[in-house]
Amino acid sequence: MMDAGRHPNVDLLTYSEVEDVSGYVGNFHVRVKRKPRYVIEDLCTGCGECVEACVWKNRVPDEYEAGLGNRNAAYIPFAQAVPLKAVIDSASCLLLDRGRCKKACALACEANAIDFDMKESYLELDVGAVILATGYDLYDPELMPEYSYGVDPDVITALQFERMTSTSGPTGGKVTTSDGREPEAVALLHCIGSRDENHLPHCSRVCCMYALKQAHMARDKTGAEVYQFYIDIRSAGKSYEEFYKRIQEEGVHQIRGKVSNVRRRDGKLIVRAEDTLLGRVVEVPVDLVVLMNGWQPAEDTKEVAQMFHVSLSPDGFFLEAHPKLKPVETNTGGIFLAGACQSPKDIPDTVAQASGAAIQAVKLLAKGVVDIEPTVAHVLTERCTGCGECVLVCPYQAIALVDDKAEVNPALCTGCGTCVATCVSKAIVAEHFTDEQLVAQVVGVLAQEEPVYV
Amino acid sequence: MSHDNDYEPRIVGFLCNWCSYAGADGAGTARIKYPPNMRVVRVMCSGRVSPELVLRTFREGADGVIVLGCHIGDCHYAEGNHRTARRMPMLRNLLGYAGIHPDRLRLDWASAAEGPILAQIVTEFTERVRQLGKLETK
Repeated sequence: MMDAGRHPNVDLLTYSEVEDVSGYVGNFHVRVKRKPRYVIEDLCTGCGECVEACVWKNRVPDEYEAGLGNRNAAYIPFAQAVPLKAVIDSASCLLLDRGRCKKACALACEANAIDFDMKESYLELDVGAVILATGYDLYDPELMPEYSYGVDPDVITALQFERMTSTSGPTGGKVTTSDGREPEAVALLHCIGSRDENHLPHCSRVCCMYALKQAHMARDKTGAEVYQFYIDIRSAGKSYEEFYKRIQEEGVHQIRGKVSNVRRRDGKLIVRAEDTLLGRVVEVPVDLVVLMNGWQPAEDTKEVAQMFHVSLSPDGFFLEAHPKLKPVETNTGGIFLAGACQSPKDIPDTVAQASGAAIQAVKLLAKGVVDIEPTVAHVLTERCTGCGECVLVCPYQAIALVDDKAEVNPALCTGCGTCVATCVSKAIVAEHFTDEQLVAQVVGVLAQEEPVYV
Repeated sequence: MSHDNDYEPRIVGFLCNWCSYAGADGAGTARIKYPPNMRVVRVMCSGRVSPELVLRTFREGADGVIVLGCHIGDCHYAEGNHRTARRMPMLRNLLGYAGIHPDRLRLDWASAAEGPILAQIVTEFTERVRQLGKLETK
């Protein structure tokens, strides 16, 4: 992250959103909204004095702590944030939200970097290629009440467990129950939401490996009995199988059976599952339950897809141009994909895919010219009545009315032919798929009257 | 099956290049048996199929026309199949005026991975067109 932040050729625009995209491969015009930080980035040194001074202390659920802790209204997202600058959350800041505060942060800031009058600003960018790397969201376990998440404080998600085991996290790295005790037994539940036709049909790919890691951490930090409840252990990466074996050898109990429910009884959380290898239903009492909740498309994926004009797969992630041969391209020229936004994947795969997307983008720009399909549409202007129907139906907005006649932009046109079928005046022709050519095929296939007896 | 009726339905299928055509290809590679009555004409997108093309196809002697595209939301061209989804049902309603039973035109969706489903659809459609008999267009 730091490398990207420092590189002279990289402009890092954080706390910003893409608002609008127009244009086509090689010539995109993107409007970016820069949300106001209320902190002048060029002056802020990241010292954190404003955060210390902030009056609205520890009241806002900290996004970084995955709900296990709180932050102040003025905050630095996390210790390794790039850029390491403070930001004031306008929804919780007393001054910005309610109009009254003594501005302790501004008083504490030696760099005079706090500016409550900051407004959102816009940046217009002209770019040749776009890489979408918008990530993923986690499936909400509250949608599966049988696991008692959100009801019982000792049922947490894998991400929350990560924060718990982090020395800079809310418990200083200690694995504890909600009342601060060290657990005697911990259960990790695989496939919470994933591989389930009622929730997420797909496998989230990564969780088996981090479940193994977290099982190890739980055992290492507390010496507790650790149980993993799984359907299958997916450890297909480089040296992943060896890691799986190692965790088994460390004495983690691995039970092949998806957990049906988690309920509190007599002070313990009872994890109920069928141990399919034993052929028996088991109920295991534990003190802490960690859910491996599934990976799903990020909330704004549909919106981003519409803005950049890319398609989504049936599972809601961005659609790649070809599942095997073009994993980083989309069907829209100039837009590439990297990371979990295309499908759940771990860090090595993400880095590999990102490298691929980067070079595809560079290749596009370096070539300077774009090869397009010859199956594009063009308008027979003498027939065109300028009704504009074709303009409305084109999925790529590749047609515009110029001097009351339709005109197709061959760079944007993908040759789908929707305009051809729509045009009442038969004024648009699709190269290589003309009406005459199609009718000739129809006549040809229907020509043989009698069946052939062999 | 009646012996004095040698009628074999002549069906023309407009299959979109990316989904249904690839699906039919998949059905073939998997050696799935289904009636051979559908003659395939490939288009890039089901959105390419205009009502006039369908009517011309009936006029040229087809007993049934089937348009197979990508599932809604999966169109290779984002929304091309949305147009087809509106055109074909409307055309079905109007076919009666031309003396053509609406069931002779079918619109369905099959992805590149759904060879068996495509075979199933084509089998059902062939049977239906067989029940409806030969289309007299003279």
